[in-house]
Amino acid sequence: MITKKYFLYFPRSETEKPLVYHLVKDYDLVINIFRAKVTPDEEGYLILDITGTEENIAQGIAYIKTLNVTVNETVRGLRWDEDKCVSCTNCIVHCPTKALYIADQKTKRIAFDEEKCIECLSCVKNCPFNACTSVF
Amino acid sequence: MKTYDEINKKIESKKAVVLNAEEIIDYVEKKGIETAAKEVDVVTTATFGPMCSSGCFLNFGHSKPKIRITEAWLDDVPVYSGVAAVDVFLGATQLRYNDPANMYYPGDFKFGGGHVIEKLVAGESVQLFGLSYGTDDYPRKEVRTWFTINDLNQAIMVNPRNCYQNYNVAINCSDKPVYSYLGKLKPNMTNATFCSAGQLSPLLNDPLYKTIGIGTRVWLAGAHGHVYAEGTQHSPVCERGENNVPTEGAGTLALTGDMKRMKKEFVRGVSFIGYGVSVALGIGIPIPVLNKDILRHTLIKDRDIFAPVVDYSSDYPNATGNIITKVSYEELRRGTITIEGKEVEVGSLSSYNKALKISEILKDEIKRGDFLISQPIQSLQLDKQMTSLKIINGTKQDINNL
Repeated sequence: MITKKYFLYFPRSETEKPLVYHLVKDYDLVINIFRAKVTPDEEGYLILDITGTEENIAQGIAYIKTLNVTVNETVRGLRWDEDKCVSCTNCIVHCPTKALYIADQKTKRIAFDEEKCIECLSCVKNCPFNACTSVF
Repeated sequence: MKTYDEINKKIESKKAVVLNAEEIIDYVEKKGIETAAKEVDVVTTATFGPMCSSGCFLNFGHSKPKIRITEAWLDDVPVYSGVAAVDVFLGATQLRYNDPANMYYPGDFKFGGGHVIEKLVAGESVQLFGLSYGTDDYPRKEVRTWFTINDLNQAIMVNPRNCYQNYNVAINCSDKPVYSYLGKLKPNMTNATFCSAGQLSPLLNDPLYKTIGIGTRVWLAGAHGHVYAEGTQHSPVCERGENNVPTEGAGTLALTGDMKRMKKEFVRGVSFIGYGVSVALGIGIPIPVLNKDILRHTLIKDRDIFAPVVDYSSDYPNATGNIITKVSYEELRRGTITIEGKEVEVGSLSSYNKALKISEILKDEIKRGDFLISQPIQSLQLDKQMTSLKIINGTKQDINNL
């Protein structure tokens, strides 16, 4: 069993398909949704972890792609802009998973670990420098 | 031991020995104060953080026909135009027109004066909208145009209060969130925020204002500006600890500099959820090592500098003057402090990372002979305390009878 994180983008026409249902039922996958914005007749986004056998995940993803959904393994819904970050460390207390962390104690430089980010968006609200933004 | 002139001659001949306020600590430990005072010429200090009492005067030049602007907006942010015809003052905390502010609490405060200042320094285009009642000599009644900082005759940053000597650590003792200029403070003392560069901070390295005074040349976001006055709320009479370092706000500086020479990395608009907008600035100040006494003051370490922890849910807004305890910058920078037996996570709004970078940039400029030090033309006052505003109720008659 492995777990992979995916960023799905739904074009306007495809937001009414019960995609998660089919992933669970037909491909025996465990779904953990971090964040979703799927509104009928509008474009949509879904960020989730998929857990299952490598084969089942591959088949499930192939199925999603037949629905005209864009599947991306590298894109994240939360963006941290290194150039905008001033490393003030205000975010540290607001990030529940320590995805934003002090990478160098001597210089107090902040870094962002995408893998730890659960997209709670707390940093988006709390960063005075607008270094954290959400794709949707 | 050394004079300003002697140090400047060494700087001009690119032979000055310059260390930042962090490096000097180890240097003196190794070499001893006597030798270090002879060898080292300048110690660089720096800070980077939100500084609300900042802004700039802009001059647009005259349009044809001329206008005497009486009301104006830059990217919809109101500016003060109660000065000459095409001069305005843009303040850092001015909110954009029509921003809902805290109407939908806590507000986002996406854009304001600080952001316009950032855009100007970055060389981006900004829209000017100005109105006037029209006069014989200034007949135009409206102006709407785009400009960049290069189109302006002058863009002079004029900041009534920067570089607070020390600052509060904010905490929230209540059971609901507090939204402040020190960020979001979670209920029940869950987090604390501080805002100082500690051992790198300019006035903590010159606690009695021996070298930093009116006329001192400073590195203001990349420009070579200067101290033009004591800062507003300058309040040097306060509790002081080790080496005369204040354990509360204390001194402040009023700074000015040419915005056209500033670097965008060190001028940043900021938005505080539920509070408002401001600007964050990077400032570096050189301390000339004139004698042992001045050098000794630059040796202050984070562990010897203390800041008051204040409850921003009650004591701060009600100006009670109460403090919960005092904590050192060493503890603050470590990331947790213990308040009334509880471990509290700490964040900062001042960037030590940027402050270090500025102290290095300034060091390099001095070493290259590009930044000369200047002797103050007047010292900052040492015998002053901040007064509060008295609220007087009643009619003018009552006041006359007081």
